[in-house]
Formats: sequence, C-alpha cells, structure tokens
Amino acid sequence: MKLIIFTSLSLVVLSNVTYAQAVGKISGNEFNPAIGLILNAHYVDIDNSDLKLPGFQLGGEAGLPDNGFALGHNELSISANIDDKFYGLINTAIVYEDGETEVEIEEAYVETLKLGTGFTAKGGRFYSGIGYLNGIHDHAHDFADRPLVYDAMFGGHLINTGIQARWVAPTDTFLSVGTEVSSGTEFPGGENADNNKGLAFFVKTGGDINTSSSWLLGASYFETEFDVREAGGHQHGADEAVADNELLDGEVDVTGIDFIYKWAPQGNAKTTNLTVQAEYFVKNETADSEFTEDESSAQASLDGQQKGYYLQGVYQFMPAWRIGLRYDHLEAKNTITNFIDSGIDAEEFLDESNLGTAGDPNKSSVMLDYSPSHFSRIRLQYSLFDNGLDDDNNIVTLQYTMSLGSHGSHTF
Amino acid sequence: MRLLLIISLGLMILAPKAFAKVNVFTCEPEWKSLVETIGGRHVEVYSATTAFQDPHHIEARPSLIAKTRQADLLVCTGADLEIGWLPLLLRQSGNATIQENEPGYFLATDHVEQLEVPQAIDRRDGDIHAGGNPHVHWDPYRVTTIATALMQRLQILDIKNEAYYQQQLIAFNRQWEKNIIRWEDQARVLKNKKVIINHKNWSYLINWLGMVELGDIEPQPGLPPTSAHLAQLLQQVRVDPPDYILLANYQNPKGAQWLNKKTQVPLLILPFTVGGSEQATDLASLYDEVISTLTQVH
Repeated sequence: MKLIIFTSLSLVVLSNVTYAQAVGKISGNEFNPAIGLILNAHYVDIDNSDLKLPGFQLGGEAGLPDNGFALGHNELSISANIDDKFYGLINTAIVYEDGETEVEIEEAYVETLKLGTGFTAKGGRFYSGIGYLNGIHDHAHDFADRPLVYDAMFGGHLINTGIQARWVAPTDTFLSVGTEVSSGTEFPGGENADNNKGLAFFVKTGGDINTSSSWLLGASYFETEFDVREAGGHQHGADEAVADNELLDGEVDVTGIDFIYKWAPQGNAKTTNLTVQAEYFVKNETADSEFTEDESSAQASLDGQQKGYYLQGVYQFMPAWRIGLRYDHLEAKNTITNFIDSGIDAEEFLDESNLGTAGDPNKSSVMLDYSPSHFSRIRLQYSLFDNGLDDDNNIVTLQYTMSLGSHGSHTF
Repeated sequence: MRLLLIISLGLMILAPKAFAKVNVFTCEPEWKSLVETIGGRHVEVYSATTAFQDPHHIEARPSLIAKTRQADLLVCTGADLEIGWLPLLLRQSGNATIQENEPGYFLATDHVEQLEVPQAIDRRDGDIHAGGNPHVHWDPYRVTTIATALMQRLQILDIKNEAYYQQQLIAFNRQWEKNIIRWEDQARVLKNKKVIINHKNWSYLINWLGMVELGDIEPQPGLPPTSAHLAQLLQQVRVDPPDYILLANYQNPKGAQWLNKKTQVPLLILPFTVGGSEQATDLASLYDEVISTLTQVH
C-alpha cells in the first residue's frame, strides 16, 4: 500500500517536472522577482570636458564626459510585487570611473498596491515625481545626455529619500496630484539638521486628442532648506581641490512646467511616431555664500534666480530608426549683497564661485538612433555647447544602451 | 500649493461611490465585444486598443491610467501580451479592485491552455511570450470557456444581476454553438490548406480548421524579417507552394506583399479583431468575415 502511495506521489512529482520543463520555466523560479540589467557605454569626442555654467553652482552628477571610451551607468534593477499590498523595487547603478567601481543606489522603494480610491503611497529613495524626465532613467531618455536644465537645477535628477503620496482623479481626462516629504539633502538641497526639509508638489493632466495623438501637461514645485551645500558636481579636472565653495543657511525652491505631445498613426508607434516635449524650470536660491582658497576668502549674501528650458522633438521615420533635435537654454540672475573681501575681490569671487553670470549657456543637439529590437539601441549624437562664455564646445557621442532580462514597461 | 490638496480632496468626496453599471476596462476589442455580449445592459465597456493597434506596442498613456482608475473589472488577454504597459497602468491607477488576484482582474489566457508554449526562452528569438501564444480569441471553443469564466466573474462583482448574466451566457452559447457548426461546415474545404503567415497570430484559427502552416514571414516576434530568411522562404514557397498568405490588417504588409508579388500566391489581408473591418462588429461577424474570405478564394 505504502509503495503504491509512494509511486503515485513520485509520479505526481515527475509529471510536475515535465510540466515545468514544457512551459519553459525552471521550477522554484516562479516567485523570483523581475530582474533587468541595462548595459551602457560610449565613445565621446569633446573639446572641453570641464563643465562650467556661469551663474549656476553645480552639484550631483552634473558634468561632461571625458574624451574616448567609457562605461556609462550600467544598471541592475530588481522588482516584484512583495505581496498583495506592496510592490518593491531596487535600482543600482554600477559606475566605473578613474579606475574605481562604485555602486550607487538610484532607487530603492516600496509602493502600495491596494490603498484604492486612486491613492498610492511610496516610501524609500526614489526619483521625485516633479517634472517629466525627472522620473525617467537616463537610459530611457531620447538623447545621450540629460537636458542642460536638469544638470543645472537638480544635478541630473532630483532624488531624495522620503515618502510620496499621489492620487488619480476618477475622471476621463487624466488628472493626478502628488506630494512628497523628503530628506531634501540631495542637490539642490544640502545637509540639514533634521533630514526632512524637502517638500514637493506636482499635478499632471493629460489625455488623447484622437487615436493618433495624446498629451501630458504637468506643473511641479520643490523646496528645501540646507545648513551647508558644497558646490561640486562631477569634476573631471582635479585641479580645483584647494578651493572651498559653499552656500550656508540656504533656502531653495524650484517651480516647473512640462508638456509632452506624442503622435503615432492610428496609435501604432511601431513604424513611425513623433514626440515633442518641453520643460521649463525656475529656481530661487537665497543663502550666504563663502569662497575660500588657501588663506584668502570672500563672503556674500546670495539672492539668485536661475531659469532654464529645453525643447525637443524626436521622429521615428521608419521602423527602428529615429532622429531627434533638442535645444537647451539657461539663464541666471544672481544678486550679490553684503560682500566681504578677505583677500579675494568681488570679480574673482564671482568667477570662482560660479555665481557671476556671463551670457546664457545653451546647447543644440541632433541625434540619430537605431533600435533593432525593443531591447537594443545604438545612438550617434552631435551637440554644440556654448556655456555662455562664447567658447564653442563640440561634442560627438556614440553610445549603446541595451536591456537584458525583464521587459521594462514603457512610461508615456 | 495647499489649494491643490484641498481641490483634490474635494474631488475625491464628490466622486461617485456606487456605479450604476459595472465599469469594465478591456485591453483588446475582442474582449470588449465579449464583455458587452455577456454583460448586456449592466456593463459599460472601454477598450484600451483598437483593431488597428498592435497590443504589444502600447504605451501607458494618461488616458489609459484615467480609465483603469475608474474600472471595476479589467479584462485582458494576459500571457505577457500586455506586459509592456499593463503592469504600469495597474501600479499608477491607485485602483485596488483590479489588482492581480482580485476578482476585478481577469486574464483570458488564465482560463484556457495556450498553444506554442516555448521550450526555452531566448531573446534571440525575438519578443516571444513565455506563456505561449496569447491570441486565443481565434479558437471558438476557447472563447466558450472564457465566456463562462467571464460570466462567473461578472456574477461575483455584481451579485444583484447574477441571473441576468446567466441568461446572457445561455443566449450567447446557444448562438455561438450554432455558429460553430455552421463555420466548421463552411470551412471543411479549408482542411489541409497550406498557409504562410506573416506572424504567429493565426495559430488558433489554423489549428481549429485543420489548416497547415508552412512558415512565417516574421518568425521572430517584434523583429523585422532578415533578408536571408525571406530568401529561404521564397525558395521554400517555390518548392512547396502554399494556398495563401495570411496577414492581419494591423500589421506592416511589406514582407507579405513582397512574397505575394514574387510568387503570385494569393495574399489575404484580414481583420484580426472586432472593429478591424466594417462587417466585423462582434466576434461572430469577425469569424464570419474571415472564414468566408478564406473559403471564397477556393
């Protein structure tokens, strides 16, 4: 009798194995999270790799690439529904630079699935919901580099640790509002005693004009306070280490609007499609500025207003091939008062602290990319970058962006 | 900024709590049609895609988020067909009732077996579906099974109209069974007819009618055919000529037209789902049109 039971059990087990093999799955693998890997590298030909944007103190990942071959952000992302109530994701960038490998946590958050009535809450470290491109990883951007305004305003992306709540209205025209409370410590914020000074609001609305075209319009606001913020960014020349350039007791806010229009014949984007998008941000900063070099220093009160926008269009003219144009523009108005000269005069201070303005930085880019499948892309881009000092910087980038593993969803 | 919060809270309170009809979000027109047939006057149905869109290549557009937000029931194909956009819609909707494993979450392929379940998954083979061929609405028997499961789901969600849904299903089945007999009779001449397909979306129809698939123009889903493959296919067609080439009218016709020109094998451009032609107003008329087009050639 026991033998019969045993045999039938093993038959069940065996038939399960056969089934698992038949459906192409390794048994026990069912509950594994979705794993996605982005491979990214480039070859760059650039006149000048030092990014200087007069009027803008840089931070975060703002910067220009070096000449030659380099790896970009190779990203590993793991995500899954944790249970019926939560979804979780971690996204790490593995960066190799100057002979060192670093792992950066870009995002690590959990999100609710079951709050209902249109509400969703998120907690952890995440890309802020402000703007349009802010929430989209670089590898999914349409150009090899981020718009200038994102580098200038947010040091790449606005990423903080905190919580987000958002709500979708029960209307046929999409309407969503969201708010975030966060550490506020990442650029354009800085060290603050309580690690909770970041506050953001955003509202998005959108819909379809007809089966071929749709739109999305957003407005957003972010503010934070900081005790200290070092001006930095991705410095490629290491010759500035002796100077100390920082803002103290500051308040910063950024307000922005974004608009996206997408067209595809009958809503079929596979053969041809067009995307037009623009974003505009205004940043207000008030702080005490301090610049120290060796024994000399200078101090001043800063009341800065910095603006920037980009406008881009990307057209897929045949399957797999796209062409894109983008124009970037920045403009800064910084008012300096209470200047104290302790060995550094006003002119030198304005230049060295990057608070002095000298024309409007702008950049024009054209790109061509080829995506033989959903998962691979090769891109060639040319940009003419003028940082406002009338030095033309020619940048040619050839890059690949490839996606392995789980099939990422396409955000609008 | 406070104002925004106040407005949003106000809107939330004003939002209607009880829906007079069951609000159904479907991913493809075939399911919209089926839900309308079974749900009758108690459902309000929206389809995320039209018959001229490729359901694999859709973006999670703002309008779709707005629609999923309001849905009481989500009806999609599943088997990874909508993997590029549906998970995102679900997460962005803030709608608890249509999340995975809730009664409001219905995938047609969860209720029937699929053909062509791959033995191994390799992206070299294009954008293949690990769960098998998702285009199950081309087998009338599978449609019957799905219709029953769908009816049971509507009963769970809208218990007060339980009897109504039951009656609607009985009426549908009565008509559908008659149709199956008629179609099978009409399509007897199609048995063993040889076809070249553009893409593996006709597998269930071919399997049902006992036709023979000789090859496909786009063997790797989502990837354009290579010239080497086309040359080989041309050679094959000359040696063993098929009776026709099948192409769904939402797909790029280039490869199929090229083969048709080279070989004179008739090319049939067919509606793939409800709304794909003027006649195809529901599943039955879609089947009618496709089967009569196929049989008229011979």
